Amino acid sequence: MKLIVKIGLALALVISFTACGNSEKDKEKDLRLDDYGSQPKKEKVETDNTSQDSGDPLANKGIGPVKSVDLPESIDSEMANQGAVIFKNMCSACHKMDKKFVGPQLAGVTERRSPEWIMNMILNPEQMIKEDPIAKRLLIESNMAVMANQGIKEDEARALVEYFRQYDEQN
Amino acid sequence: MKNIFKIAVLGVLGLFIQSCGNGGSSDQKSGAITGNAAERVYVAPGEHDEYYAFLSGGYSGNLTVYGLPSGRMLKEIPVFSQFPTNGYGYSEETVPMLNTSFGFVPWGDAHHPDISQTNGELDGRWVFINENNTPRIARISLETFETEEIIEIPHSAGNHSSSFVTENTEYVVAGTRFSVPYPQRDMPIDEMKGNFKGPLTFIAVGDDGRMKIDFQLKMPGFNYDLSHPGRGDSHGWFFFTTYNTEEAHTMQEVNASQNDKDFIAAVNWKKIQEYVQNGGGEEIDAEYAHNVFDHSTQTATSTMENKVLTVDPREVEGAVFFMPTPKSPHGCDVDPSGEYIVGNGKLSTDLTIHSFSKMITAIENEDYEGDAYGIPILNFESTLAGTVKEGGLGPLHTEFDGKGNAYTTFFISSEVVKWKLGTWEVLDRQPSYYSVGHNMIPGGNSRKPFGKYMISMNKITKDRYLPTGPELEHSAQLYDISGEKMELLLDFPTHGEPHYAAGIPADKIKSKSQKIYRLDENEHEYAATSESETKMVRDGNEVHVYMTTVRSHFSPDNLEGIKVGDKVFFHVTNLEQDFDVPHGFAMIGANTSELLIMPGQTKTITWEPKKEGVWPFYCTDFCSALHQEMQGYVRVSSQNSNVPLKWTLDDEEIN
Repeated sequence: MKLIVKIGLALALVISFTACGNSEKDKEKDLRLDDYGSQPKKEKVETDNTSQDSGDPLANKGIGPVKSVDLPESIDSEMANQGAVIFKNMCSACHKMDKKFVGPQLAGVTERRSPEWIMNMILNPEQMIKEDPIAKRLLIESNMAVMANQGIKEDEARALVEYFRQYDEQN
Repeated sequence: MKNIFKIAVLGVLGLFIQSCGNGGSSDQKSGAITGNAAERVYVAPGEHDEYYAFLSGGYSGNLTVYGLPSGRMLKEIPVFSQFPTNGYGYSEETVPMLNTSFGFVPWGDAHHPDISQTNGELDGRWVFINENNTPRIARISLETFETEEIIEIPHSAGNHSSSFVTENTEYVVAGTRFSVPYPQRDMPIDEMKGNFKGPLTFIAVGDDGRMKIDFQLKMPGFNYDLSHPGRGDSHGWFFFTTYNTEEAHTMQEVNASQNDKDFIAAVNWKKIQEYVQNGGGEEIDAEYAHNVFDHSTQTATSTMENKVLTVDPREVEGAVFFMPTPKSPHGCDVDPSGEYIVGNGKLSTDLTIHSFSKMITAIENEDYEGDAYGIPILNFESTLAGTVKEGGLGPLHTEFDGKGNAYTTFFISSEVVKWKLGTWEVLDRQPSYYSVGHNMIPGGNSRKPFGKYMISMNKITKDRYLPTGPELEHSAQLYDISGEKMELLLDFPTHGEPHYAAGIPADKIKSKSQKIYRLDENEHEYAATSESETKMVRDGNEVHVYMTTVRSHFSPDNLEGIKVGDKVFFHVTNLEQDFDVPHGFAMIGANTSELLIMPGQTKTITWEPKKEGVWPFYCTDFCSALHQEMQGYVRVSSQNSNVPLKWTLDDEEIN
C-alpha cells in the first residue's frame, strides 16, 4: 500500500512538473528556464569531478565514439553541402540555425563546442544527455526535450560539422 | 443410429472427464507440477525468451506472438481483421489488404500458421496463415512482423486444410472444408451429392515471397479438413484428411459420420506441377483479390484476378489416391522422416498411421479396393503402418520431437499422449486443462523439430484464471518434453481462439527483426520526409495534409482553411530514426481509428469535419516528457467561407 502511495505521489509530481512546462506562453509570469538549471538538488547529484560543467567548453570532447577530429583550415564545401542536406532531413524538425527551436540555436555552435562534442552529441545522445555536463544542462534548458538519435553515421555527423563550420564562417 | 449412440457415449464420457478436472482439488488442477517449474519458465527482466511462438488468433482474425518458455505475449499482428491499435485496415494504406471479391471484409477467422521452410527446416523468412471464412491466405514478414500479402482463394469455402508449406516453400496449400458447387451456381442444396467439389489450391511462392495460384485440383465434394506436406522421401506429396465422404448436406453432426472410414487424400503435386507446366489443366473464370503491401511505398494495392487453372485429378496419371482412414480423421500429420502419415480419427480412440513406402508399393501394385469418382482407393491394410491403440478419446493433432516420439492431443479425454513411432506404444499421458485442440512443438511439423517444449492450445478455459464474466480467452499450456515424461510447467492465456501455432528458435529470426523504416527509403506518395515538405493541398473538397511528427510536435500544428463537408487526408510521416519511437495521431470526431506511426513510416487517415470550430489533434503514444504538449489545432470554417488554406508551425508559415 505504501508503495502505491509513493508511486501515486511520484506520478502526481511528474504530472505537475509537465504541467509547469505547459503554461509557458506568458513568459513574464513563468519561471525562467534557467531556474531549473540552478536548482541546488540537481547540482548536488554530481559527485564526480569530471562531470562538472566548468572550464573551457571547447576542451570537452563529449562521450561517444569520436575521440579526435582534425579540422583542416579550409572548409570542404562539398562535404558541407552534404551536411546541409542531412541537416534538413534529419535535424531541422528540432533545430534551426537562426533561432532556438526545440533544441538550441545552432549558429555559432562551432565556436562554442569542439567538433568531437558535436559529433558525439549527434551519434550518442542517450549517454550524452545523461552524463555529459554540457548536454545535461542543455537538456534542462530545452525543457526536457531529449536530443533524438536519428541513426546518423559517423561520416554524416562529420559532414554536419562541416556544414556548421561553413555557416559560422559565412555568418 | 449406432453412430449416434456412440457419439452420445463419447460425449457423456467427455463431460464426465471434464467435470472431474473441474471439480478436483487444487493438486489435481495443477497436475504433476514439479517444484522448480517456476524457475524453468522464468525469464528474468530484460532477458529474452528462447523461442518465438506464433499463435493463430482464431476468430480475432489475427496472429499473436508469444515468447517461450515464459508464455509472455509480445505482439498481436493484424492480418485479417481491422486493428485500431495501429490503424491496420483503417488507414488508407492498409484498407486494400482487406479487399475481397465480396468487397471489404473487416474480419476473418485465422487458423493455421506455418513458417516457411528450406530443405524441410524452418528458415524464418515468413509465416503464412489461412482465413477460414472468406477463403484467403496471408503471408507475414518475419523481418517487419507485418502482413505483406493476402491472396483470396476462389471457388473454395471453409478454407481449413491450409496454409501448410512444402519443404522448400514451393507451395502453400489451401484446401476446402465445405465443398460447394464448382464454380458457384444456383442449385438445390439437396442435390449436393456428386455435384459439389472440394478444390485444393496450390499457391506457388516466389523467392521474394510473392504468392500466385498455380493450379486448383478439382476434388470430389468431401470435406478436406487438414493437411501436411511430405518430407524427405515423401517430398513432392501432400496429404489431406477428409470427412463427410458421405456428402451429407444437412445434419452433418450425424450424417457425416456414417462411413466407418473416410480418406486421407495423397496428392503427388510434383506430377501435377509438371502436368500444368506442360500446358495441362483448364483455365476457368474466377474472381479473387490479390492484395500486396509494398514496403517502399508503404502502401497496399488490391488487384482483382479473373482466371484460375483447374485440374481434374483423373486426368493426371498417378497423381491422386485415397487411403481409407477410420472415423472422420481430423489432423493429418507427417513425421520428420516423411515415412509416417498420422490420421487422427476424431471420433475414435485409435490413431491410424500410414506408411509412405507401403503406399508407394501399393500404388505400384495397383492394390486398390475401389475408387471414388474415378480416384483409386488404396487397400487399407496395404498402406497401414500401425495403430496406436486406446490412446485416448477423440484424437485431433500430432506433433513430433525429432527423437522418435509423437505427441497427440485428445480432445474428449482432455489429455496429451506421448507415443513411440514404429512400436506405436503409449509412453506417457498428461491431462490438459481443458479439452485440448492443437499442440505445437517448435519445428514439430518439419524435418527438424526442436523437441524441448510443447504447448497445447485448449478449447475450454473455465476455472484456470480469475473469472472474467461468461466470456473467456482461451488457455494454452506449456510442457517440458525434454525428459521421458512430459511435465506441465505453465498456463498462459491467449487471445481469441488459437487453433494451430508455429514456433521457432528465437536466434533464427531475432537478429533480422527490423528496427525502423528508413526515411531515405520512404517512397510513399504523400510522405513529407522533412518539415520543409509539409503542406496542405486542396483538390475540390478533398484536402491533403502532408504532416510530420518528431519529439514532440507536429508540423504543421496549426491548420486553417478546412471547411465543413471537406474530406481531409492526414498523411503523417514520423521523422524519427531511432528504435521504438512511435508517434500516434488522433483527431477528434474521426470516424475511423487512430494511427500508430513507427519511425520513418507514413500513414494516412481521413477525417470529415461536420462542425465549425477549432478542433485539436494529438499524439496518442507517450513519446517523450513533452508528449502531453504534442498537439495541434485545425480550424474548421463554414462550407462557404473564404478562409484560405494556411499551415504554420511556431506561427511561421512552412516553406
